[in-house]
Amino acid sequence: MDIQLSIQRLTKRYKTGEGVSDISLDVRKGELVTLLGPSGCGKTTVLRSIGGFLEPDSGDILIEGKSVLKLPPEKRPTSMVFQSYNLWPHMTVFENLAFGLKIRKTPKAEMRQAIEEALQLVRLPGAEKKYPSELSGGQQQRVAVARSLLLKPAVLLLDEPFSALDAKLRHEMREELREIQANTGLTMVFVTHDQEEALSISDRIVVMNQGRMEQIASPQHIYDEPNTLFVAQFIGKMNFLKGVVDAGQVRLDDMLLPNPKGLAGNVSLAVRPEDVMLHEAEGQGLAGTIKQVMILGHYAEVSVDLQGRETIRAFRPRDQVKHLHPGQEVKVTFGKSIAYPEQ
Amino acid sequence: MRWFVKAVGPRKIFEFVLLIVFVIFFLGPLLNLAILAFTGKWNYPDVIPHEWSLKWWKFVFQQEDIAKSIGLSFVIASIVTALSIVLCIPAAYAFARIRFPLSRFFLFSFLLTHAFPKMGLYVSIAVLFFKLGLMNTLPGVVLIHIINVLMFMTWIPTAAFRNVHTAQEESARDVGASPLRVFRTITLPLAMPGILVASIFTFLNSLDEAQGTFLVGIPNYKTMPIVMYSIVSDYPAYAGAVFSIILTAPTIILLLAAQRFVSADVLSSGFQIK
Ligand SMILES: Nc1ncnc2c1ncn2[C@@H]1O[C@H](COP(=O)(O)OP(=O)(O)OP(=O)(O)O)[C@@H](O)[C@H]1O
Ligand SMILES: [Mg+2]
Repeated sequence: MDIQLSIQRLTKRYKTGEGVSDISLDVRKGELVTLLGPSGCGKTTVLRSIGGFLEPDSGDILIEGKSVLKLPPEKRPTSMVFQSYNLWPHMTVFENLAFGLKIRKTPKAEMRQAIEEALQLVRLPGAEKKYPSELSGGQQQRVAVARSLLLKPAVLLLDEPFSALDAKLRHEMREELREIQANTGLTMVFVTHDQEEALSISDRIVVMNQGRMEQIASPQHIYDEPNTLFVAQFIGKMNFLKGVVDAGQVRLDDMLLPNPKGLAGNVSLAVRPEDVMLHEAEGQGLAGTIKQVMILGHYAEVSVDLQGRETIRAFRPRDQVKHLHPGQEVKVTFGKSIAYPEQ
Repeated sequence: MRWFVKAVGPRKIFEFVLLIVFVIFFLGPLLNLAILAFTGKWNYPDVIPHEWSLKWWKFVFQQEDIAKSIGLSFVIASIVTALSIVLCIPAAYAFARIRFPLSRFFLFSFLLTHAFPKMGLYVSIAVLFFKLGLMNTLPGVVLIHIINVLMFMTWIPTAAFRNVHTAQEESARDVGASPLRVFRTITLPLAMPGILVASIFTFLNSLDEAQGTFLVGIPNYKTMPIVMYSIVSDYPAYAGAVFSIILTAPTIILLLAAQRFVSADVLSSGFQIK
């Protein structure tokens, strides 16, 4: 596989001491990699370093095998879409799109053709004559994406481009971006703090925390096997239970669970709500009382107060919860669980 | 009468009265001025002049020192505007973009030139000018005008530059423009309304400046407002009217031209210290 973008041991610390350390990442050609993490974890710092807007303290950034560290933003084969204020309000959409092409001395006819196609691609055909102020927020971001696409960058960088939009539009834009990526085969690095967004559009996700990489894997893998407690907390919904390692197995009260990582001492056990099984009060498992049953469309969320423990949530198919009611005694078992050292 | 007040609303009536008062106080003298300036003969009981003519205009332009002062005023105002653009626009950009220590202090210090009684400041400047041999020179007059407009010329463009988002500049870099090109094609045009407003202010302020010019420029550099003083006493009122029209006309013309840009926004954002 071709490596389009390679970040090697990138470190950038601001004067305040914040920043990122030891970021290493290889992005393959045509791949969409997401940088995901809570606010302030350093996603933008990494992206801006790639785009040339920040100078790293150490490490290297290679695009198509060549170091771009010495190049200013205008010379880098990257293009960036910012969270907002991408467009120049004193220029029409056409002029906004043509700006970069003019610098590249693209012939007029070719330019007009390319702009028309790019606007088609972002589903804004015929918007050439409008001014940015005459477009909605979502349309403006689309024009910004179109402008980047026109330049055929080696790597397209997107810094929370849809975060200012409402939920529905954000969904649509995600799908469109995925489609555009499929059509153009562009390599993209996408920054978001929205784990759902990351799970839905990425080929691979880099989870970051406090300036460091926690895990890099496919959405499926990250969801099923979060490497660290932080990733487990950050991605998807998760129940956490206190347990202890006893004779090589994780023990919760009288329930025994496997301990593949060979941990010792106190552990946090992470269980996805869909892996929480509910049984009759007479069966095996942890004893608890149903606190609430909420129907959430095709599935139901059942919260259970475990005896002498935490409250946990279970997602069950709707038809399985018909006979459940608050106050009912149940037993709980876990289909799948992961243990982490307790922090 | 009551029904009328009720139907129209006291607010409307108040606004109307205000408008009338405004017209009388502001436009009244202007109208009077305009009539005076084009008067040939006007005898007391007549409401409008008996005879219209341009003779006072001819008269004014024939007085050598008056004609000279008009030319001088516009030359000085142009130099002052050009120089203060060259001086203040880069400074304003620095204030807007670069966070250097004491930047607030510097920005604030320009206010000082407006915080003291002008005459005191001018006298102390005059003392300095005297030592430097700047008294009664063009550079001296220009300098004193620039000191006057430093605040407008820095604060308003600073605010204008601040309103240009870094993302807008960075996206231009990103698509391939050099820093200079970004400034020329993105930053400057976006900040232009503010810069234009400040420049017009500067131009008008310089046309209007009398105190400092009087102190530093006399006797060789008599600008319009200075000549005005003597005209009022030495010539008939008609000549004064012509002259004050020449003095006010640029203000009105420039303000009308700039109306598009002079929004309360541009002005008020210039006077926030961030
Ligand atoms: N120019 C700067 N000077 C000093 N500190 C900075 C600067 N830019 C960012 N930081 C700090 O560095 C850390 C990482 O910032 P960064 O912008 O990369 O976070 P982020 O992950 O993009 O967050 P968000 O999701 O809020 O955009 C933050 O704690 C931030 O306060
Ligand atoms: Mg960010």
